[in-house]
Amino acid sequence: MESAAESDIRGSIKDYILAEFLPGENPDSLSDDTPLITGGILDSIATVKLIVFLEESFGVRIEPHEMNADFLNFLPDIASLVEERRRQA
Amino acid sequence: MTYRELQTRAEKLSEDMIRHGVRPRDRVGIYAPKSVGTVAALLGTLYSRGAYVPVDCSAPPARNAGIFADASIRLAVVAESLLEGFRGAWDARSLDVLEPLGDGLVLVRGVDAEGDSVADTNARATPADVAYILYTSGSTGKPKGVVHTHQSALSFIDWCSEAFTPTAADRFSSHAPFHFDLSILDLYVPLKHGATVVLIDEELGKQPLRLAPVIAASGITVWYSTPSILRVLAEYGRLDRLEFPSLRTVLFAGEVFPVKHLRALKKIWRVPRFFNLYGPTETNVCTYYEIPDEIPDDRTEPFPIGFTCSGDRAIVADESGREVAKGEEGELLVTGGSVMREYWNLPARTAQAFYIDAGGTAWYRTGDVVRESSTDGYIFVGRRDRMVKRRGYRVELGEIEAALYRHPLVTEAAVAAVPDEENGVSIRAFLSLSTANRPSLVEMKRFCIEHLPAYMVPDKFYFPESLPKTSTDKIDYQRLLATV
Repeated sequence: MESAAESDIRGSIKDYILAEFLPGENPDSLSDDTPLITGGILDSIATVKLIVFLEESFGVRIEPHEMNADFLNFLPDIASLVEERRRQA
Repeated sequence: MTYRELQTRAEKLSEDMIRHGVRPRDRVGIYAPKSVGTVAALLGTLYSRGAYVPVDCSAPPARNAGIFADASIRLAVVAESLLEGFRGAWDARSLDVLEPLGDGLVLVRGVDAEGDSVADTNARATPADVAYILYTSGSTGKPKGVVHTHQSALSFIDWCSEAFTPTAADRFSSHAPFHFDLSILDLYVPLKHGATVVLIDEELGKQPLRLAPVIAASGITVWYSTPSILRVLAEYGRLDRLEFPSLRTVLFAGEVFPVKHLRALKKIWRVPRFFNLYGPTETNVCTYYEIPDEIPDDRTEPFPIGFTCSGDRAIVADESGREVAKGEEGELLVTGGSVMREYWNLPARTAQAFYIDAGGTAWYRTGDVVRESSTDGYIFVGRRDRMVKRRGYRVELGEIEAALYRHPLVTEAAVAAVPDEENGVSIRAFLSLSTANRPSLVEMKRFCIEHLPAYMVPDKFYFPESLPKTSTDKIDYQRLLATV
């Protein structure tokens, strides 16, 4: 079950990705099951930028082994990773 | 790993390859991420007197299968983790796994083509034999293979020895993947001098925060990469929190380094000497320029590509091959030891790529427009054609267009690049469609990544009703760009 905090986090990550990497896109076309890395939306440099955004906006640390499609390919996965880090902090 | 261990592994691999039919001058495909085992596979191929054909593991498997078919490889060394995807792409031909090689690699049977392989298994390799074939983006949508011989590679490596005076105490970074021509310097210069190669895993290589401590801790003395990665290192790598006492030389190549970012990096890395290396895959590095210690704060003009490497000669010429007056713009033509032999199986394309002068010397036409300055050597001005550099990779805009035409709704496709301070260039795709319903950006990007490497996926898509044409009915790129 997704927490309210997680849903807020997911919303702001989605807003960031839309504004930064998909300018002009209809927000509905970026859904929870849109693959971000394997779908060509986040390339290597975009992924680095997303990490910086997550670390600075949510005060969390994303570990190096998490900076790939296994952890960051879908919005809900990113949100739960951030939420989990926040709980641990 | 010691030199002895590497030698033993490469010899063992070479024996395996020969047992499975590799003969002198055969091609061996390499489809595996960077690892010690992959280095042994490259060397093993050379020991078998074959030529290696490395491909981009992150590119669509169908593109890689097409490259292997074009090169009519005898065998391929494939990572087990990539086997599944490759099996699908290798469709009509059955994928025959011959034997495991250790390190997560397997040997796979290639195409049963005789080609120009030499029946005599004892034939010695000659300097004119092919050492490796690197495939680069092709304007018609099909990648083309740049053929380098042992001689052309060695000519370049020998120049590196002279320019950077490596010793056995050096530690060279190997950041570029093996299908990228930067890897030739990374691997063979240290091997020639008994120095150390520090293999940077391809995933790690993209993560500045993690990469920076590795550069510091592994005592790398010579770093070589594209400007793109140096830029993200400077911006996100928190380099100022680390010490890099060993680093003596920083080399970059593959694209223009925006001065703003180069200056930022040099403010943190004050000690090392910085060199801009220039050369299309076809020539290896053919010119170089040492960046001065201080870069004035108001400088925005990129640094020159500089002076010709010893072993090569260059001229600036007009379209007929006639040398222009010093200071005038023209195309850079290069001849000499480091220049490729040909494009694989493309004699007409090879003939177009060279200008043969009255004395019979073949000059490679770089397609790069330059002018020669009296003090700084050559200065890059632009391109003659539709090739751009992105993340250091060559991107033929025509190859992107060819991929977009495969989309069922696309009736016309045009791709253009505009300068962009953030990424060097921004790639824009203009598509007219057979339907009024526009696909989303998300959909288009996903379609592209299924047909193209990630660095070729356009940044933006536009859907005009029709594309503007010139009076000769060609797509008018100037007018297209003016619409955005």
